Amino acid sequence: MALYSEKVMDHFRNPRNVGVIEDADGVGEVGNAKCGDIMKMYLKIEDEVIKDVKFETFGCGSAIASSSMATEMIKGQPVSEAMKLTNKAVAEALDGLPDYKMHCSVLAEEAIKSALEDYEKRKQQN
Amino acid sequence: MIYADNAATTKMSKDAIETMVSVMNETFGNPSSLYEVGQRAKEVLEQARKDVAEAIGAQPQEIIFTSGGSEADNQAIITGARLGALKGKKHIISSAFEHHAVLHTLKKLEKEGYEVTLLPVHEDGLIRPEELEAAIREDTCLVTIMYANNEIGTIQPIREIGEICRKHQVLFHTDAVQAIGHIPVNVVADQIDMLSSSAHKYHGPKGVGFLYAKKGIRLTNLIEGGAQERGKRAGTENVPGIAAMATAVKEAVASIDKNAKNLIQKRDRLIAGLKEIPHSALNGDASKRLPSNVNFCFEGIEGESLLLLLDDKGICASSGSACTSGSLDPSHVLLAIGRVHDVAHGSLRLSLGEDVTDEEVDYMIKSVKEVVEYLRSFSPIWRDLVAGKKQFIL
Repeated sequence: MALYSEKVMDHFRNPRNVGVIEDADGVGEVGNAKCGDIMKMYLKIEDEVIKDVKFETFGCGSAIASSSMATEMIKGQPVSEAMKLTNKAVAEALDGLPDYKMHCSVLAEEAIKSALEDYEKRKQQN
Repeated sequence: MIYADNAATTKMSKDAIETMVSVMNETFGNPSSLYEVGQRAKEVLEQARKDVAEAIGAQPQEIIFTSGGSEADNQAIITGARLGALKGKKHIISSAFEHHAVLHTLKKLEKEGYEVTLLPVHEDGLIRPEELEAAIREDTCLVTIMYANNEIGTIQPIREIGEICRKHQVLFHTDAVQAIGHIPVNVVADQIDMLSSSAHKYHGPKGVGFLYAKKGIRLTNLIEGGAQERGKRAGTENVPGIAAMATAVKEAVASIDKNAKNLIQKRDRLIAGLKEIPHSALNGDASKRLPSNVNFCFEGIEGESLLLLLDDKGICASSGSACTSGSLDPSHVLLAIGRVHDVAHGSLRLSLGEDVTDEEVDYMIKSVKEVVEYLRSFSPIWRDLVAGKKQFIL
């Protein structure tokens, strides 16, 4: 049996939404290099809807796949819906992750939430 | 496919497979039985013992067959500890980057009241004999230092270590799992008291190895039962595996010079090619290393994703990243030589096979370059490094 599901490998080999949004409305970065995983999410939001999302990830195959899947799941969604994204949903959408890799999906959820919080903060400041 | 993970395991040689099959077919008897097919199995076993002993310059009666390197390490260390305790000596010296078969056995002994000193491993992946000598105490009963490291391939100054131990009358064990069949090893010249070896690292079968213990050392049993292996290791002998190991070790030792010459040229070609990758570093000394071992750190990327993409390109390799071990920490070997976590996660080990070609080496260089560049293209760490927000380490 392979280490990862076909879905994980697909998102790892062909990650969706890779890159940077220079004029992002919200940016979130979680994880640390010491543990071997860092995820950074960039959001472009218009009328409370996520118009575009990009990510950069330093990490293992499942970290890259989780980032990719998470961005796909929130793209085009209202901010209120994106806030409800759970790591479980990300892992399920990837047809599961090995137990010791579940933290990668947690990181993806946290990265999205961190970017959304940054967006809310910036909104209040304006 | 390019199989570049020979430090993990090797493909069995044709001759070793032939020996194994022939023993299974023709000599299936129990060596402890008195009838002919049993006695023939006994002969096969004793011939294997002679061959294995000869390969390391030992006497046949100094060889105990085991299930592999880990068992041999366990038995040697427990033996050293128990013999020491009889004289009231309960201090053991080892190094920080030993195999877990050694480190975990030492941990167990610490819980029993033994004291363990782990010598530091320097940036070049070597211990210093003078630091070993300084660490020896009145109550030191055992020194256990690996011959060559399994991750970074550095070859320790074993002869000097052997000399120091003999001078201070301390037992010296070496885990030679990565060395046997790859570099010349002689237990007499190196003044080694106990040595562990594993067949599958030199094109023999898995699940078989041996422990050399110098004449006069009373081994402590790990497995109780019948009187096999002179009562020091119970259980019906794995005759086909042992015979195949003997074939493999003879073959490997006879080819050391020829293979090493070729491998060193390939290894150095690979090292030179990978050095061209910016912000990368070779782990361990460039020349005091196994002929087959190449180990690099690449800043800004993580090892598991590197391995998966190399696998897609048909290259089998390994990494010391935490993600490949299932733990949170990267390889204890890389940390021991002073690589920080951030960099240790981005390590790659390529351990070459004897039949590797220049074309394959060039393909590996090209592939690693492509994959590292690709992974860096969307690594937030790399972005920060390039932007000057973080300092490069390598």
